[in-house]
Amino acid sequence: MAYSDKVIDHYENPRNVGSLDKADPHVGTGMVGAPACGDVMKLQIRVNDAGVIEDARFKTYGCGSAIASSSLLTEWVKGKTLEEAGAIRNTQIAEELALPPVKIHCSVLAEDAIKAAIADFRKKSVQGHPADHEEPQRLSA
Amino acid sequence: MSSRRPIYLDYAATTPVDERVAEKMFRFMTVGGAFGNPASRSHSFGWEAEKAVEEAREQVAALVGADPREIVWTSGATEADNLAIKGAAHFYQKKGRHIVTVKTEHKAVLDTCRQLEREGFEVTYLDPEPSGLLDMAKLEAALRDDTVLVSVMHVNNEIGVIQDIEAIGNLTRSRGVLFHVDAAQSTGKVPLDLSKLPVDLMSFSAHKTYGPKGVGALYVSRKPRVRLEAQMHGGGHERGMRSGTLAPHQIIGMGEAFRIAREEMGAENERLRMLRDRLWEGLSGMDEVYLNGDLERRVAGNLNVSFNFVEGESLIMALKDIAVSSGSACTSASLEPSYVLRALGRDDELAHSSIRFSVGRYTTVEEIDHTIALVKSAVEKLRELSPLWEMHQEGVDLKTVEWVAH
Repeated sequence: MAYSDKVIDHYENPRNVGSLDKADPHVGTGMVGAPACGDVMKLQIRVNDAGVIEDARFKTYGCGSAIASSSLLTEWVKGKTLEEAGAIRNTQIAEELALPPVKIHCSVLAEDAIKAAIADFRKKSVQGHPADHEEPQRLSA
Repeated sequence: MSSRRPIYLDYAATTPVDERVAEKMFRFMTVGGAFGNPASRSHSFGWEAEKAVEEAREQVAALVGADPREIVWTSGATEADNLAIKGAAHFYQKKGRHIVTVKTEHKAVLDTCRQLEREGFEVTYLDPEPSGLLDMAKLEAALRDDTVLVSVMHVNNEIGVIQDIEAIGNLTRSRGVLFHVDAAQSTGKVPLDLSKLPVDLMSFSAHKTYGPKGVGALYVSRKPRVRLEAQMHGGGHERGMRSGTLAPHQIIGMGEAFRIAREEMGAENERLRMLRDRLWEGLSGMDEVYLNGDLERRVAGNLNVSFNFVEGESLIMALKDIAVSSGSACTSASLEPSYVLRALGRDDELAHSSIRFSVGRYTTVEEIDHTIALVKSAVEKLRELSPLWEMHQEGVDLKTVEWVAH
């Protein structure tokens, strides 16, 4: 299968690989896909009190296009508000990476991942009270 | 080409033509060579081509212990499988319309059986054991009074396991059922003696054994006599079983390739086994690496490995300096995990993470050592990226996780 240069670049030099502390109230975690389907994406965002995504990390089990889709997404969501990040569509990712039709599902999974991460963060904010002044602890991968 | 070519470890997909074979083939094409039509009876061009074709038939027969009159030329193993299965099913359909095969067969067998189902035949697809081998008791239980044909491959193309065709043949003979064997992956790798083996039909390919692509053969037993309904009609070539002008250069290439295989098989297999074992020793040192298929009853050149928590396609992408297959070459265009590994009962995750390495005549020790180093670093890199590996490291049992399937 021929991959676009952008997919190969993200695959060979993935951005923002790693994990954030999922217990941290400022962190939202989205995990989508299933091993049986050949794709699992974990996307994490750290959101500041202004509702802006300060940091994003991913880990992906999947083909090169799945890895590239999640890597690109972490670049895009940093600095965005939750609303802006939640408005990212899979078609934008597919277009940017020039994904072939059989790989469109990778971009769909990436969109699902950011939505799941945002939902997880919002659920936590309602349930608990994020410690406003403490710098959240980050676990390196 | 300026850049170095990848290391070729996909000999189960195809092999390069041996130089000795290519040199001989060339003598049967051009005006100065024996370019005649072997069916031409009226001049020496035809006679010399026919003589060379019959010599090649003897060479092919000699490798497998058959009578040359039992060899029918085809365009390859796929055509041989089609001719054997459809030909026997159609010819013997008054006797019965039930066929038994195995889920790990090549698509050339499975899809032919599907076609017969559309024509009203019934087909039983047996599950192999987790080792990839067929349980004789299950086969025996599947045979019915109206079973006319059993088709089981000798060496599996993905996992290289060797079925006990002697035992299967003894069973089918005792029940009066015909037995077809796809032996595309066997020639030059496993000794075959059809003068003793209870096999009625056997398919061969040239290009898996350092011969050219586009030619193969079907063994059709004379004692006991097996009859087939032709699938290709025309000038009545090959005793009416397969019409069409013979391709002498291809056929001579297959003959020469099989002659070489017969002479060099012993020494070659010893060398391939050494290379394969060296590769497995290098890879099996890593965590969560699984061998697919039985290690003992397996051809020397095949190694099929699952690297848990790493997805196969991304691994192949990382291994761009090595030419290997994920699943089989025939199915790797699709996103499905290997149906062969699934039939063995492997988890989908492990089926998704499998790589087939097949070593061959031109593989070197240096290439194996380089491959081990490349695979190790690729697997480590991808596991760093893998959320499944992270969960495994944290002690999470992935089977207990509720996944959001898509």
